[in-house]
Amino acid sequence: MIAYLSIRNLSVSLSNGPEILRSISLDVDAGEVHGLVGESGAGKSIIGKSVLGILPRAMGITSGEIWLDGVNLLSLSVAQRRRRIGALAALIPQDPLTALNPSRRIGPQITRRLVGILGWSKSAAQARALELLKEVHIENPEHVMRSYPHELSGGMRQRVLIASAFAAEPKLIIADEPTTALDVTVQKQILRLVGEMQARHRTALLFVTHDLGVVSKVCDHLSVLYAGMIVEKSQMRSFFAAPSHPYSRALLAASPKYDDLSGGLVPVPQAVIDQLDGEITAFDKGSRT
Amino acid sequence: MLSRILFTRLLSTAVTLMGVAVIVFVIIRVVPGNPIAMMLPPGATDADIERLKAFYGFDKSILEQFIVWLANVLQGDFGNSISLRQPVSSLVLGRLPATLELSIFALLMAVLIGGGLALIGTRSRGTATEAAIDVTNGMALSIPDFLWGLFFILMFGVLLPIFHISGRISPSLNLDFSTNFYLVESLLRLRFDIFMDLIGHMFMPALALAIPLAAIIAQLLKQSLKESMNLDYVTLARTKGYSEYQVIIKEALPNAVLPTLTLVGVQFTFLIGGTVIIERLFSYEGLGNMAIDAVINRDLPLIQGIVILFAALFTVINLVVDMMYVVLNPKLRHA
Ligand SMILES: Nc1ncnc2c1ncn2[C@@H]1O[C@H](COP(=O)(O)OP(=O)(O)OP(=O)(O)O)[C@@H](O)[C@H]1O
Ligand SMILES: [Mg+2]
Repeated sequence: MIAYLSIRNLSVSLSNGPEILRSISLDVDAGEVHGLVGESGAGKSIIGKSVLGILPRAMGITSGEIWLDGVNLLSLSVAQRRRRIGALAALIPQDPLTALNPSRRIGPQITRRLVGILGWSKSAAQARALELLKEVHIENPEHVMRSYPHELSGGMRQRVLIASAFAAEPKLIIADEPTTALDVTVQKQILRLVGEMQARHRTALLFVTHDLGVVSKVCDHLSVLYAGMIVEKSQMRSFFAAPSHPYSRALLAASPKYDDLSGGLVPVPQAVIDQLDGEITAFDKGSRT
Repeated sequence: MLSRILFTRLLSTAVTLMGVAVIVFVIIRVVPGNPIAMMLPPGATDADIERLKAFYGFDKSILEQFIVWLANVLQGDFGNSISLRQPVSSLVLGRLPATLELSIFALLMAVLIGGGLALIGTRSRGTATEAAIDVTNGMALSIPDFLWGLFFILMFGVLLPIFHISGRISPSLNLDFSTNFYLVESLLRLRFDIFMDLIGHMFMPALALAIPLAAIIAQLLKQSLKESMNLDYVTLARTKGYSEYQVIIKEALPNAVLPTLTLVGVQFTFLIGGTVIIERLFSYEGLGNMAIDAVINRDLPLIQGIVILFAALFTVINLVVDMMYVVLNPKLRHA
């Protein structure tokens, strides 16, 4: 049985040459949380964007397959792919300040797709939005529905975006660092909320993060990414007990409290970097022949 | 918010119109050319000239003339046209609808063409289609409206006579309309024969006026649309199952339209300025055509009336644009 989301040998490169993803493979099954960690620029977001069909214009998928619910998305036409992704997957974005349309009230931003694409009645969509806002612990959902984004705090907006992501009961959620743009205190609440929603709706969740501490709290599996290559893929528990790749060990050692890996400032030993560079060179040679 | 803008704008409008009045009043009296001399037959004596000057008040100082004129204007009396011997106000207001209909029709054309090109260009960004649109825009921008007008007269009047290239309406049509807004009135009265005849006359001059503005709209709107396509909330919408056009129109457009809207407001006043020559080219009986006659005849009261009306029109347009800006931007509305 193929996993709900199955990425097979996915390679992405910039149109002027440089490789961004190097033959990535990973599986996320229904009800499973897969963490994606790595330094800034490793290509974590690009994996999510490849799945959702929102790669930057300068990039293209050069080879590989992306299976979603048993269908290879890359074998579909653009329009078919978009419809399928819209129906089965959803994104919880990184920055709640910019991910809502500033000139539209919250309510329509949640309900519009239900009415416009899924053909719900207005009142059903309205009721669904209210229910979802309650589900993400927003206390005065009617008021929030009528608000504009700039009238809400960052944490509130991220709750709205989470509610909106779950609105059409997607089977796959991609969360791209959903807490990094928030205050520390709010981060914990939002993290708990994402875990709670994932468990309740039994969705597959691909969780992109810098933060090994976050991974240890919410993920079942994780992949460690370096320069567009997956250097280690393991069960969460075995990873923290005994990481197998020296780079993973360096990451763990560099963040004793599983802290932030952002900014690419992780002090990785030179020997490890040399080994990684060797692996990348070997890979690039292999893929060229 | 709206009422505050309205108030300050009304105030500044009054000041602007006053300034325009002073400048026009002085300039047309300083430049050479004597309206009186043009009215009289060649054999007129100096005494005749003096009498007529006194009749129109041209024997007084400019300051005195201005005060008299202003006092009358404030009572709604813009004086009489020297060449047409009718009240300026009724002449000018009689012609205004023709120019308004032409300008607004041209504006709509420009918005449709320019907006359509911007959408197509955004949809196909990075492809040959976008490049073709850019080249077309560049060409359209480098040719002024009156050259388009001449070109259309040649193409569609002489070589390929589909559209009318002269006048506002066919003289054979029997018009018993109660206003001079023929286009609007023909629609309201369901007189589609007249409506189509008007459109047939208006199409070419309007297109000539519209093309440069359409190119500007296409260029600026496409630019802001492409920027908006990179906004997070637009990207998010692209994962929700909408088609690319739905994303562009419903998510990117509302954000991208504001700069274009401001520019269209400014450019619309230029477009109206362009009607002066275009109306002349197409013998369209509007305000601009009348303005040229007035200048040729040194018809000072008429020139003043027309210029003041144009100035008032421009300030009203700017006001409308500012209002739309506030209405379309919820952050301003709730500030
Ligand atoms: N729009 C773009 N155009 C060109 N290159 C890009 C673009 N977006 C990302 N990249 C490049 O792709 C690589 C991977 O970027 P990606 O955004 O996936 O990193 P990331 O792992 O998500 O990092 P971060 O933790 O900072 O979000 C980087 O080298 C980056 O420079
Ligand atoms: Mg990222």
